Formats: sequence, C-alpha cells, structure tokens
Amino acid sequence: MEYVGQIMPALLAGTWMTVRIFFWTLILALPLGMLVSLGEMSKIKPLKWLVEFYVWIMRGTPLLLQLIFVFYGLPILHIVFPRYQAALLAFVLNYAAYFAEIFRGGLQSISEGQYEAALVLRLSRWQTMSKIIIPQVVKIVLPSIFNEVINLIKDSSLVYVIGLGDLLRAGNVAMARDVTLVPLLLVGVIYLAMISLCALAQKKIEKHYSYYR
Amino acid sequence: MLEVKKLAKAFNGRQILKNISFTLNDGDILTIVGPSGAGKTTLLRIIAGLETKSSGEILIDGKEPTSGQVGVVFQDFNLFLNLSVLANITLAPQLVLKESDREAKKQALDLLKQLQMTGHEAQYPYQLSGGQKQRVAIARALAMKPKILCYDEPTSALDPELRQEVEKMILGLKKTGLTQLIITHDLTFAENVADQVLRVKPLSEG
Repeated sequence: MEYVGQIMPALLAGTWMTVRIFFWTLILALPLGMLVSLGEMSKIKPLKWLVEFYVWIMRGTPLLLQLIFVFYGLPILHIVFPRYQAALLAFVLNYAAYFAEIFRGGLQSISEGQYEAALVLRLSRWQTMSKIIIPQVVKIVLPSIFNEVINLIKDSSLVYVIGLGDLLRAGNVAMARDVTLVPLLLVGVIYLAMISLCALAQKKIEKHYSYYR
Repeated sequence: MLEVKKLAKAFNGRQILKNISFTLNDGDILTIVGPSGAGKTTLLRIIAGLETKSSGEILIDGKEPTSGQVGVVFQDFNLFLNLSVLANITLAPQLVLKESDREAKKQALDLLKQLQMTGHEAQYPYQLSGGQKQRVAIARALAMKPKILCYDEPTSALDPELRQEVEKMILGLKKTGLTQLIITHDLTFAENVADQVLRVKPLSEG
C-alpha cells in the first residue's frame, strides 16, 4: 500500500496527459469528421477525391506511424510541432477520418422520404438538417461513435513513441525501475475506470435518445 | 382549380408519361388509376414539385404552381421519426408560415380532432398504426393550407379492411371543401370516392 502511494503521483500525472489527449482529440475530431463526411458526399469531384484520399491514408496506415511522421517527418519539410501538438494533430487527423465514415453511414441511412416530406412542407435545407436529419443521425451513430471514443482512450498510449509521458508510459517506467507488475495493474485499473465513465455516459446519452425509434 | 395540359415526362430518353391532360375543380376528388409502372407516382411527384416535367403545363387557378400549394400524403407517410405527432404537424407552420406556438398548436389540435386522432398528440410515429400515421400525415399536410391534397396509394400500406375507413375519411375531408387528387391501383376504391377517374397505362417502349 505504501508502494502504491509512492507511484500514484507519477501515474496520475500520466493520466492527466492521457485525459488531455483524449479530450482535445474528441473536441476537435468530431466536428472535423462531420465536415469530412460532407466532403465525402460532395458533388464537387476534386473535393470528394481529396477527402477520400485523406480517409484512405488515415485508415490505411497505423496511427503509430502517423505519429512518427508528424513529429519526425514533417520537420524535414520545415514544419515543426512540439511533441504535444504533434500528438494532437496526428490523433485529430486520424480520428476525424474514422468519425467521418461513421457520420457518412448515419447520413446515408436516413431515408429519402424524410427529405422529401420536408421539401413539400417547404422547410429550408438548413431547417431540414437541423430539425430532422441531424437529430436522427446522432441517435444512429451513437453506438459506433462511443466505440471509437473508447478506442481513443486506449490508443492515446501510443504517444510514448514521440516521447510523451502518458499513463501507460508512467506505469512502464515504474515497472522497469522497481521490477514489479503492480504499477501495470494500477494502470489497468485506471484505464478501466476511465472507460467505465465513458460507457456510463454512453448509456445516459442513449437513454436520452430512446424516446423514439 | 388544377389544370394539367399535355404533360409528358421522359427519364434518360425513356418515355414515362405522355399527353396527360385533366382538370380538377375545387372541392372535387380525382383518382388516377393504372397498373404499377404506368407512371402514376411520377405524375404525382411532378404535380407536387418533387420532379421536373419534360413538357406540358400545370396550372393552379390559371397560374404556375408555387411551392406549398400542393400537399402530399406519401405512400409510407414519411412522418418525421424524431418528432411527436404534434411536432410533426406544427413544425412547418411555425418555421415556414411563421405561425406562433399557440396558433400552430391550436390548429394542429383542431386537425387531429377532425381526423379523430385526439389524444395521440404526444405519441411518436413508431407508436402509431398505419392508419393513424396516415391521419397524422394528412393533418401535417393540411396544416400548411394547401390548395390541393395529393395521396400516393393511400390504401396500399394499410390492412384491406381499413379501405372503407379511408374512403369515409376522404369523403369527410371533401365536405370541408378540400380538393383531393388520389393515386391508386385499387379500382373499387377509386370509383367509390371519385368525382372523376383518370386511367393511365404503361407506355410501350420505343
């Protein structure tokens, strides 16, 4: 127990890094993903191709590799980001691509009839989207989005590769120094706690949207 | 009065409708009958402004129709799934006609009463039967005060025994002075409600 007290400050400092990456990635990647999904469905061909190329690269290569390229690769082109900003950039770009695919699926699952009903009632494009389409899409995509959100918490441990100290790395350091698995056990418990919070939020939000089917 | 003159429609070079002409007087009911593939639904979609015509004329009271003059009751109703019955009906009057909350709600409740749907305001579409959804779809269309109400196959998504109910409802709406245009493949139904029946046939290719 005394040992737990000794390593806890380091683990909590790592947790703080994990939470920051998680939080900012979510805040930035969700709206970006929405824009990207609109780009994927755009009638402007070059825009569509560009966006599809971006999604292809982001989903087609490991996030670990993308982190390395942003932090070590971009400086070759004289684009230099500090570690934390580089990690955020890579995470936001990667997660926006996945979110975009989820939003696209959600948008495409709304029947044409909803749009046509809105059209004959003379609702504007914006009114149709904000009052009818988007609320329905949100409900449809919630389970898939939360899957990604939970993945994100765990994926954030990849930032060790560019030298950031997150939760898992803090645990690793303590394990190697003290030759014991206890730190990793604690790391597991902390991840589990964070993810349980997310799952709880998911339940709450899904319940909120359960008033219709 | 709705006048359709020599209306034609072709999709990618394939002729769907040709030389359709009819006149529908205010307060009357016109049924358009024909087998599937005859272009009935396309005709309704053109009149409702959901589709463009290739040639011909559509006039409401002698003028090109402006949007909102034609109300539509879709085959599978297309109620807004995320909105309650009341909100389905009041949404467009509030947003488009700029009616106040109160006005829109009062009108919606009156329409629901007229359609024998009082008490269902707070329900969501998934909680309604087919016949009830249809009544809400009618109320939603009527709340926008259209000149003409069009139905796409109003009996096809319902149990057969509900047909007479639909007939009664449509004739009841006629008493209020509503002009109605009904697409159907059900001949008996068409004859029972119509002042005028228009028959369309599939056009042979080429």
